[in-house]
Amino acid sequence: MKTRLSLSQKASLLSLGLFALILLVWYLATLPDARVAAVNVDPEYAALMGGGAASSASSFPTPLAMAQTMWERLSDPFYDNGPNDKGIGIQLAYSLARVLGGFFLAAAVAIPLGFAIGNSRVFYQALNPYVQLLKPISPLAWMPLALYTIKDASASAIFVIFICSLWPMLINTAHGVANVRRDWLDVARTLEVNPLRKAFRVILPAAAPTILTGMRISMGIAWLVIVAAEMLVGGTGIGYFVWNEWNNLSITNVLFAILMIGVVGMALDSIFGVLSKRVAYQE
Amino acid sequence: MSGFDNPFDPDTKLHRAGCSCGRHHSQADHEADMKNEDARVSRVVESAVMRGLFPDDQMRRNFLRAVGTGTAMAAISTFFPMGAAKALAAEKGKLEKPDLKIGFIPITCATPIIMAGPMGFYAREGLNVTLQKTAGWAVIRDKVQNKEYDASHMLSPMPLAMSLGLGSAKQAVDVASIQNINGQAITLALKHKDKMNPKDWKGMKFGLPFDYSIHNLLLRYYLAEAGLDPDKDVELRMMPPPDMVANLRAGNIDGFLGPEPFNQRAVYEEVGFIHTLSRDLWDGHPCCAFGVQEGFYKQYPNTYAALFRAIASATDYAHKPENRKAIIEAIAPANYLNQPIPVLEQVMTGRFADGLGKVKNVPDRVDFDPFPWQSMAVWILTQLKRWNYIKGDIDYKMVAEEVFRATDARKRMAELGLKAPASNYTKHTIMGKVFDPTKPVEYLNSFAIKRS
Repeated sequence: MKTRLSLSQKASLLSLGLFALILLVWYLATLPDARVAAVNVDPEYAALMGGGAASSASSFPTPLAMAQTMWERLSDPFYDNGPNDKGIGIQLAYSLARVLGGFFLAAAVAIPLGFAIGNSRVFYQALNPYVQLLKPISPLAWMPLALYTIKDASASAIFVIFICSLWPMLINTAHGVANVRRDWLDVARTLEVNPLRKAFRVILPAAAPTILTGMRISMGIAWLVIVAAEMLVGGTGIGYFVWNEWNNLSITNVLFAILMIGVVGMALDSIFGVLSKRVAYQE
Repeated sequence: MSGFDNPFDPDTKLHRAGCSCGRHHSQADHEADMKNEDARVSRVVESAVMRGLFPDDQMRRNFLRAVGTGTAMAAISTFFPMGAAKALAAEKGKLEKPDLKIGFIPITCATPIIMAGPMGFYAREGLNVTLQKTAGWAVIRDKVQNKEYDASHMLSPMPLAMSLGLGSAKQAVDVASIQNINGQAITLALKHKDKMNPKDWKGMKFGLPFDYSIHNLLLRYYLAEAGLDPDKDVELRMMPPPDMVANLRAGNIDGFLGPEPFNQRAVYEEVGFIHTLSRDLWDGHPCCAFGVQEGFYKQYPNTYAALFRAIASATDYAHKPENRKAIIEAIAPANYLNQPIPVLEQVMTGRFADGLGKVKNVPDRVDFDPFPWQSMAVWILTQLKRWNYIKGDIDYKMVAEEVFRATDARKRMAELGLKAPASNYTKHTIMGKVFDPTKPVEYLNSFAIKRS
C-alpha cells in the first residue's frame, strides 16, 4: 500500500530531518574532549582556570547549553537591570524602532521623489548620476560622518538606516512609475483626469508591486545594517547585545542573538510578502 | 561634626574632633534632627562665624552664658550679615547639574567609575549618574566631543591627544583624576612558551587597545628596550580587548598588551599565558583617567566638586585590598563588566594562575590612586613625541598642566582627608631608567630607537 505525501509534507519532513542532522553534528562536535585528566596539576591552579587546567572545555556551546540559554532568555524577555543590561525583547524593540524610524523617513522621501523621477525624463537624467554614485556606498561608511555632523549616536543610527533604505525604494519607485502601460495613461488623458487623481488612481496602483518590492529590499538591508550600526554605536539594541556578549566571549549568547536576528528578519520579510500579494494584479 | 552643632548653645563644644554633639541619645537621633538641609547650612555658617569671633571656645561659652543666647545672636547679627552668609553658603552647595551621563569601557580599569554607581558613591553626593557602557575608545572620544557624555572613563593619553588634536578634532578635556595604576599585562599565545626573551619577538604580531593608550606606549618602550623597532620589527594591531583573546585563540596575533580582565581571561580560556605584568615595567604607571568636559568645573563648580568627591573616594575605597571582594560583586554583572567572577577575583586580589602552571601572588598587580601626576602627563607626551604621534615641538609642561588638574585634585583630596603628594611632579622609574620630568627633551634624546 502506498501513501502519497503532498509536496509540502515532503518538504517539511526534509526540513525536520535536516534540523535533526544539524543537532546531531552539533552534539557530536561539542562532546567534551575525552583526554584523560593530567595528573600533575596543582589543584589550586586548576581551580583558578576555566574548565580546570586538565580538561579542555570546548568554548563552543553544546545544544543543551544553547537550549538552556534560550529558555532563560525567552522566559524573561523584558527585564531591565539598568542602562547596559536589558532583556532580549527590549533590545529587539529598540532595534525595530530605529529600523522603522529610518525606514519610514526614507519612504517619505523616496516614494515622492521616485514619482517625480519616474514621470520626467529630464529629472531622471539629471538625478541619475547622483543616485548611481551614492547607491553603492556601504551605509556604515556614513557612520563617522553622521556621528560628526549629527552629534548624537542614536540619531546617527537612524540616519544610517535612512540612507541605506533610500536607494532601493527610490529606484524601484522610479522604475515602476516610468513603466506604467502607456494605454492606461492615454485612457486617463482621454477622460481628462486631473494629475493628482491620475497619480493616485492610475499610476500608484499600477506601480505598487514594484514599489513594494523596493520597500521589501530596503527593509531587508535595513535589518542587516542596524545590527552592525548598533555594534559600533552601542547603548541599546540587538547589535549592542551581540557586542556586549562578545565582550564576555559568550558564544552561547551570541548564537542566541543571531537566531533572534534571523527570526525577526524573517518576520519582517514575510509581512512585506503578504503586502505585495495584496497589491499584485493580473494584466 | 562640629558644623552641625548649635554654636549659640553654651553647652556645645565647637573645638572638638568628635561627631556627636551630646544632646542626642544616638547618632541616628542627631542626624534625624539635622535632616533639614537649610538648618544644616545655617548651622555650618553660624559655627564658622562664631569660631571666627571666638578662637577660644571657653571664651565663647563664657560670653554666651553671660549675655544669653538670644542677645548674643542679635548682637552678632547687627554687625555680621548672617542671613546673607547663609544664603551664599546654601547657594554654593546646590548641584547645578545633578543628572550626569558617564561613559565607560568594560574593563577593570574603570572600577572606581563603575562601582561608584551600584555602591552609592554618586548617590551620596546627590548625583544621579547614568553609566553608559561604550563600544570602544573612538566612540568614547566622539561622545565626549559631542557632549553626549559629561565625563568619561578614558585612557590617560587620550585627553592629552584630544587636547592637542591628535587623531581627532582638537577639543580639550580635563583630567580630574587617575583611575587605576598598574593592572595591565603582556600576554603571549601558549605556543610561545619558549620565547620568554623579547629579543626573540621579531616578526610577531601584537594586539593593542588604542593608539593613544598607555598600552601602546609601554609595549613600544618594552620592545625598544629589547632592541626591536616597534614600527619595523613587529606588527601592532589595534583591536578591542575581547578580540585580543579571540585572535590569540585563532592565531592571528602572537600576543597583546591589554587591559584586565582580558589577560587573565586569556589564561582562563587556556589560550595564553601572562608574560609580564605592567607593574614590572613601571610600578605605579597610570592607566586610565577620569576625563571631564573642558570647563565643566567652571560652569558647574558644585557638580564638579561632588563628582570629584565621589570618584576620589571610590578610588580610595578600591585601593584597600579588604574592599575588593565586595567591589567584584558590584561590578561583575552584565550591566557593567559582564565577566566571570573567578577571573575578576584573580585580577583584583593578585593571586592568579599565570597560564604556565604556576600560581602567583602579586597583591599590587592592580591598584587605584586618584592623583593625576603632571610628571606622568609629561612622560606620556615624550613617548607620543618619540613615536611621532606629536609632530613639531610642544611645551610639555604647559600641556601637562593644562590637562592634568593636579593642583585642584590635591586641594579636593585634602578636603576629603585623602593623602595627596605635595608636588605635581616626581621622578618615575620605567624599566630601571629614571625619568626626570624637568628634562623631557634630554630624556627623549637618550633613546636609540625613536621616530623623531
